[in-house]
Amino acid sequence: MAFFLQNVVNALQFGSFYALIAMGYSMVYGVLMVFNFAHGDIFMTGAYIGFFISSGLVALVASGILPLPGWAVLALTILFSMLATSLVGMLVERIGYRPLRNAPRASAAVTGLMIGIILETGNLALLGASRKGFPELIHTVSFDIAGVSITNTRIMIVVLSILLMVALNFFVRHSKYGMAMRAMAFDFVVVPLMGVSINGIAALTFAVGSALAAAAGIFYGLAYPILGPYMGIIIGWKAFVAAILGGRGSIPGSALAGFLLGFIEIFVAAIFPSTVRDLISFSIIMIILTFRPLGFFGEPYSAQLRL
Amino acid sequence: MKRFSLIVATLMVVGMVLAACGPAAPATIKIGVNAPLTGDIPKVGEGTKYAAQMWAEDVNGAGGLEVGGKKYQIELVIEDNESKAESAVTANTKMITQDNVLIIIGPQSSKQAVPAGEVANNNQTPMISPWSTNPATTLNRPWVFRACFLDPFQGPVMANFITGEFGFTKAAVLYDIASDYPKGLAEYFKEAWEKLHGAGSVVAFESFTTKDQDFSAQLTTIKDSGAEFLFTPQYYDEVPLIVKQAHQLGFSQPIFGSDSWGSAELTSLCGSDCNGLFFSTHYAAAGATGATKTFIDRYQQKYGYVPDDVAALTWDAFGLAQDAIQACGTISGDIKADRKCVRDALASIKDFKGITGNMTFTAGSGDPQKCAVIVKISDTGEFTFYKQVCPTGMAQ
Repeated sequence: MAFFLQNVVNALQFGSFYALIAMGYSMVYGVLMVFNFAHGDIFMTGAYIGFFISSGLVALVASGILPLPGWAVLALTILFSMLATSLVGMLVERIGYRPLRNAPRASAAVTGLMIGIILETGNLALLGASRKGFPELIHTVSFDIAGVSITNTRIMIVVLSILLMVALNFFVRHSKYGMAMRAMAFDFVVVPLMGVSINGIAALTFAVGSALAAAAGIFYGLAYPILGPYMGIIIGWKAFVAAILGGRGSIPGSALAGFLLGFIEIFVAAIFPSTVRDLISFSIIMIILTFRPLGFFGEPYSAQLRL
Repeated sequence: MKRFSLIVATLMVVGMVLAACGPAAPATIKIGVNAPLTGDIPKVGEGTKYAAQMWAEDVNGAGGLEVGGKKYQIELVIEDNESKAESAVTANTKMITQDNVLIIIGPQSSKQAVPAGEVANNNQTPMISPWSTNPATTLNRPWVFRACFLDPFQGPVMANFITGEFGFTKAAVLYDIASDYPKGLAEYFKEAWEKLHGAGSVVAFESFTTKDQDFSAQLTTIKDSGAEFLFTPQYYDEVPLIVKQAHQLGFSQPIFGSDSWGSAELTSLCGSDCNGLFFSTHYAAAGATGATKTFIDRYQQKYGYVPDDVAALTWDAFGLAQDAIQACGTISGDIKADRKCVRDALASIKDFKGITGNMTFTAGSGDPQKCAVIVKISDTGEFTFYKQVCPTGMAQ
């Protein structure tokens, strides 16, 4: 039983990253009908921005200029990194996607791949191949509850991730901008006639998605404190799968699918040899998609929708 | 113009005659060094060159190498292989056919040592690669030797060490199934452990795939298996993740590794989590004693930095060559016969006391039976010498 519960805890943490990244994919895909394949690398960029901001803050605290406790440093790191990464996301949209908005969709998808490679290799060229160790911002404390080991970091990661998901859902459902996004997802032609700026909303969508990726990057850095330029590729692919599985543009759907993917991966690895982990988990997802081609909460595509 | 050429030709002939008839050269022994002085890994080449020069100065300073009652000066022929396979082959060919070296030390990397070993073997010239760990370097090549152990060898070494030092009987292994080095080592360790403690004594044999960063499922299984320790022959950028996650999951047993842990970056990435853990390697500078310490101190004084494992292994390769040449007993001047004599002497070296451990060559193999060094990561994150561990049946 402890074994089972321990793996549930493991899966909750692992699923949080997939869920946060998948929501960013899902938003961009849902609103703009673009596969932003650079999203995994924006996650990587967010983790690196978090690394530099936190290292800087830690140095300031250590030198006594900024007397802050660890949790405050972490809070500031998350805040600033989300802001900085959302700027990166807007830049990607402005440079990479906006000029191609009326181009064939394949071009936009390829743009995503190229921006991803530029971010990876740019990082490699700037910072070199040696790995960066994410600083331990809050002292990790391990609790043992009935044989299940939980750390304060894990609890924080899962709780903050879920809070972000709820906040995002609220933003999209109940704010004016969220309404504009949903309207754009629904009909791309009529929305400008209502006085909504397509460019503005597109930039906002990228900004919000990138901010979530930055949060995921920092949480990831706290859980797996070794950063490398290629850390976003595989996790990005898997989160993309989760986004599709959740249903186009559905935020609760992609969150759910992200956690589901985390659970499947952890439990397959716990029971079977790790070599079959991806084989089994993606076979399961293929079967689900066969029966639910639109994902968990997907709606049929609108005919006018095009970017 | 014609006259000018004639003068030049005459001068050249006279010069050559003079050179040949000059004062009788002192009796020397030529040793070739095939090192990557330029290219990808110049630091490796530098360590090789420095260790070689230090050794030659020692020997020559003492009046030369005594073979059969006669002292010979050492002449080093150092060739740059540019860290390239082709250049290493060219360098070996040149040293064998033009410089007539008695024996070759190098190349260091397997990439160059494997093709260069072919040349040495075909030309019946003994060669010792100090650093190459690829089995192909010496495989079916009676003329090629090495001064380091092979990768898989660390499995039995760690199994012996852990059994002897801690008395554990239940092992857990976590390794990357998609990477040759960890996979091979994990399997060798399992085999050695089960030989010592019986089938089923490896209670968890868990794998992951390259680039995985989450090991929580595997580590949960390991924790649950009741293992007394974890052996994980992974690279220094994966070890911190494994160790930290194991600790977070409440696994407080010791964790052991192999020479792939041995990077200065390990401590900076791992922080205090890795302190107190052990891994096996070729050589440890910190905490070294005896001849090893003497070598380190002298090298550091001479060149200004602590020698790495390449320099230490090169030093030992020269020691092996020295023993073999002396065991040969005589330098006949017939380079072919002398090379054969040195090869035979090398192949029968027993209990050579090297600074990177004791070495013995067994019949038909150019790979030494060799003790490994166990390094303990100190409380300040330093790699310190802990113990020398030998394969079963070999004297400490």
